[in-house]
Amino acid sequence: MAEGGAAERVVAGGGAAGLGAVEDSGFGAAGFEAAGFEAVDNSAPERRVVDGLRAYGLIVAMWVRSTMAYRASFLMTAFGNFATTGLDFATILLMFSHVTTLGGFTLPEVAFLYGTTSTAFGLADLTMGSMDRLGRRVRDGTLDTLLLRPVPVLAQVAADRFALRRLGRITQGSLVLGWSLSRLDIDWTVLKVLMMPMMLLSGGAIFGAVFVAGAAFQFWAGDASEVQNSFTYGGNTLLQYPPSIFAKDLVRGVTFIVPLAFVNWLPALRILGRDDPLALPGWLDFASPLVAVACCAVAGLAWRTGLRSYRSTGS
Amino acid sequence: MGGIRLYAAVALSGFRRFATYRVATAAGVFTNTVFGFILAYTYIALWDARPGLGGYDRSQALTYVWVGQALLMTTAMMGGGFQDELIERIRTGDVAIDLYRPADLQVWWLATDLGRAAFHLLGRGVVPMLIGALAFELTLPASALTWLLFLVSVTLGVVVSFALRYLVVLSAFWLLDGAGVSQIAGLASMFFSGALLPLTLFPGWLGELARALPWAALQQIPADVFLGRHTGTGLLRVFAFQAGWALALLAAGRALQSVATRKVVVQGG
Repeated sequence: MAEGGAAERVVAGGGAAGLGAVEDSGFGAAGFEAAGFEAVDNSAPERRVVDGLRAYGLIVAMWVRSTMAYRASFLMTAFGNFATTGLDFATILLMFSHVTTLGGFTLPEVAFLYGTTSTAFGLADLTMGSMDRLGRRVRDGTLDTLLLRPVPVLAQVAADRFALRRLGRITQGSLVLGWSLSRLDIDWTVLKVLMMPMMLLSGGAIFGAVFVAGAAFQFWAGDASEVQNSFTYGGNTLLQYPPSIFAKDLVRGVTFIVPLAFVNWLPALRILGRDDPLALPGWLDFASPLVAVACCAVAGLAWRTGLRSYRSTGS
Repeated sequence: MGGIRLYAAVALSGFRRFATYRVATAAGVFTNTVFGFILAYTYIALWDARPGLGGYDRSQALTYVWVGQALLMTTAMMGGGFQDELIERIRTGDVAIDLYRPADLQVWWLATDLGRAAFHLLGRGVVPMLIGALAFELTLPASALTWLLFLVSVTLGVVVSFALRYLVVLSAFWLLDGAGVSQIAGLASMFFSGALLPLTLFPGWLGELARALPWAALQQIPADVFLGRHTGTGLLRVFAFQAGWALALLAAGRALQSVATRKVVVQGG
């Protein structure tokens, strides 16, 4: 590819991920310069991250403005989102109208698990929840438009149709979390207090990584967005209940294969002062941030591999 | 009867249309199975603490879970199917083409939805049910007659579900954007169909209300027929409940449709 060098400089602003695809489709630097994009050498990784976040912020701001044009509709759908996510908790309340403990856990303890995972998942759903639209873009060919813009594709897909109504889920989850904290008699230490934000942010990052990895999978299986739902929505449902009620193999699977247990199970059990059913070493309760970083790295690699292997449907 | 042949062909094309997406179907089977496992373990914990809760033993409760996963798409408990498509056709005005087809609007879409439901029962229902039966001890019907009665109940459930969603769709003639109504209808459907917990576990008046509302026809009744909990006149009573709601809601849909089509003005040429 004769224009490879020039293309690399230009496309670097679009993230290394965009490079392969643009090279593949045979676009040279000339087209971009003609379109008014300047060829600037900003290939430093930190610069790409900053650019990506800035682009993400701009696209999100655009969608928020567009949402706010129909304020009543926004309020209704946000409430709908709140109520829909509340159904899960209504189920738990109905269960506890018949029992006092479930798997040895009281209602406030289950509510604590519910609140932590729902808030963490809500953060991921708000920021990355649009990733599952990727399959549709692959199928109808509109992904190509995103590849042509000098903005990281990941930022564009993540911010695509940003849905502010998903604040409903975060609100619902944090209300349940607040209620559980008011009912639980936790022996608070500085460490446990610090673990709370750490757990929610790491949990959000782990779920975010699942969203990205799921989207990467859709580069190959365009129609399979439902598989992703198993790990995102399904994972969230799983983590709402105490690990003691599930089969050990299932708990092992979500600890060591898809490490969802680090979203809340392990740190939350430590805060609640309960033993984890697998009797894992205690330091793992604090490993959530590390697991989150590792998940994001794996998801990033999967995304890059997926994007590089992307072939447009043509037409 | 040319009419019946027409609608049979429409139903067949509804079946074929959903059968085209094989990867999506496999992905959906995977998801139904995962949710089936999660629900099954929560039910085991619940029934271990309270054996016989709601009149089910543990095996029956687990069967309820997997029948529910098989029916989730079939009776469209979360909404969907033809719903979004027809709302979009009303919003864009394409519904005008549907209206001057030499076929009845409601029956046409009912036929497509029956075709879709047949596919979802086979494509999305059978495999999760098999996996559930392998992984857990389920209570499967011993006689072929029970299977047949179950199919009748599911078919009636699909018609009730269609009639409810048709009413949701018609609201788009006035609101244009059906998102809000669809969301609320989906919410009511998930809660009152018994997809989350059997309606026999709902306490007091809430339970009585839930068991009297049409959504009970979507999962609670077919699952109970599958478990052989209704026999003799009891069986006739639940079939009458399903058929009654189906007819009442279809009639309401027809009445609303005639009001809607009288007011419809399609712009452009």
